[in-house]
Amino acid sequence: MPLLKVDKLTKSFGGLTAVSNVSIDINKGELVGLIGPNGAGKTTLFNLLTGVYVPSSGSIALKKNAATIELGGKKPYHVTKEGLARTFQNIRLFKDLTVMDNVRIAMHQNVKYGLVSAFLHFNKYHKEEDELKAEAERLLEIFHLSHKKMELARNLPYGEQRHLEIARALATKPSLLLLDEPAAGMNPYETAALTEIIGWIRNEFGLTILLIEHDMSLVMKICERIYVLDYGMLIASGEPNKIKKNKRVIEAYLGEDVSNA
Amino acid sequence: MRTLTKKNLLILGSILLTFALVQVLVLVGILDSFYEITIATICINIILAVSLNLVTGFTGQFSLGHAGFMSIGAYVCAIISMRIGTVGGFLLGLLAGALAATVVGILIGIPTLRLKGDYLAIATLGMAEIIRVVFLNLEITNGAAGLNGIPRYANWLWLYFFTVMAIVIINNFLKSSPGRACIAIREDEIAAESMGINTTKYKVIAFAVGAFFAGLAGGLYASYFYFLKPDLFGFMKSVDILVIVVLGGLGSLTGSVIAAILLGLITTFLQSFTAVRMIVYAVLLVVIMIFRPQGLMGSKEINDLLKFRFGKKEEKIE
Ligand SMILES: Nc1ncnc2c1ncn2[C@@H]1O[C@H](COP(=O)(O)OP(=O)(O)OP(=O)(O)O)[C@@H](O)[C@H]1O
Ligand SMILES: [Mg+2]
Repeated sequence: MPLLKVDKLTKSFGGLTAVSNVSIDINKGELVGLIGPNGAGKTTLFNLLTGVYVPSSGSIALKKNAATIELGGKKPYHVTKEGLARTFQNIRLFKDLTVMDNVRIAMHQNVKYGLVSAFLHFNKYHKEEDELKAEAERLLEIFHLSHKKMELARNLPYGEQRHLEIARALATKPSLLLLDEPAAGMNPYETAALTEIIGWIRNEFGLTILLIEHDMSLVMKICERIYVLDYGMLIASGEPNKIKKNKRVIEAYLGEDVSNA
Repeated sequence: MRTLTKKNLLILGSILLTFALVQVLVLVGILDSFYEITIATICINIILAVSLNLVTGFTGQFSLGHAGFMSIGAYVCAIISMRIGTVGGFLLGLLAGALAATVVGILIGIPTLRLKGDYLAIATLGMAEIIRVVFLNLEITNGAAGLNGIPRYANWLWLYFFTVMAIVIINNFLKSSPGRACIAIREDEIAAESMGINTTKYKVIAFAVGAFFAGLAGGLYASYFYFLKPDLFGFMKSVDILVIVVLGGLGSLTGSVIAAILLGLITTFLQSFTAVRMIVYAVLLVVIMIFRPQGLMGSKEINDLLKFRFGKKEEKIE
């Protein structure tokens, strides 16, 4: 069984069906792209996977240690505990907190000391907090942010905020990472650097990644498989080279150039 | 041992020095009993303000019911210490009062903390009113007439001890993983939940801790002023506490302490001008809020101001 199996997932908002009967599989270790025109339902699908929305119907099954866990309808923090982490299309950092705190907060679910240690700062607290800090530094290092760890997240340039969001998601120790337009607003140079980092963290952390992206240079370069959504429906799936030439995909993008990336 | 760092020794030193200073001033007679009441009020208000700041300033949950929790602590402590007239009875009463407030805090928090902003404020306001009406009608609290002759065990030493304890414990909590979870909820609830934080659980925890210390402050109040009636814990009392928190800065414990001291002193000095007292007080608040809408300290703590001295050492972790 694949790591994630989405089966006939549907989400309606009143009369609008934002995600319609979508089935996708993601295997362990894969880097999969999710593309589609504006309003196709990509972010809605992410919100369903991560528990922000409750599915109207269908199922989301995650394989975890030989067991299968149904994620549909679970609360976001519960889904994160099972190993899914995400970034947001409209950056949602803890803006008035430091870069370091943004990452440390995301480590919360793996902290072992309890409330009493929190109140009284027993040795257990100090020992684990030291480890947390060191681990956060390591993550920040990957994204070249460690020299800015004491800065407020809101003061980072846009591209670095996107990096910090990925670092924060990684801090939850996910098995499946969902990235919602990680390169949005970046220039080609920044996008190329990001593409490299995404490939690197996948190997380093043994991750499976599903990413939404409009930047075709990024998608075509690192995605092994691509799913295409349009009007909430899955219209194509397969390897990047096949998707480029797929007639329905080209039509859906209506003139947008998918082929020359 | 991490407890004996230079920084902690310095803090301990200044805590003891403050205590000694006030103690000497009292013994020498510079601070008479009139000022002692001011100091007691300030201590109690500090505990109330830092605990409300945890809920409203740090966790972002707008509560207007803090006086309700205070009254639970006050009545429970009074009733117990009137039956066990020893220091032990007083301390037992304090603990029982604080725990009773915590339990009520949890029971009320679970349903109401799902509400947001104004709705939560109204729900907590209603809860505090219900608590007040209950005390108004119970026999054991002697209804509207209130309780008189509560044994007076709370003194400067106890007040100071519990004030320091409240600040240290809440400050420790805020510098821990559960504390950061609470702050994350204030910053962005959806992001917090997506980062693995059970937001309802941590809101209830913040509410419970806030209620505990409000209850403790109530117990100290009952014992120090040895008289209680339900009217002391009305809506205006909750507003008074909120004023201290907002004035000091939402999200700054240092600010709450400074504002509690400042307002305590101002109230005392205005005591002799009864007629204009409330007007001057109100004008002062308005002026401060116009010139510093973020409160006296914003969300900064005393450490941030002293960072050039301690900052570097603290951050080194290799
Ligand atoms: N909470 C909601 N309530 C009502 N409609 C919604 C809600 N969330 C999304 N929609 C609608 O669902 C459709 C899909 O939106 P979604 O954000 O998933 O698109 P997307 O593929 O991520 O687009 P983009 O590339 O612009 O980010 C849109 O028509 C949107 O207006
Ligand atoms: Mg989107």
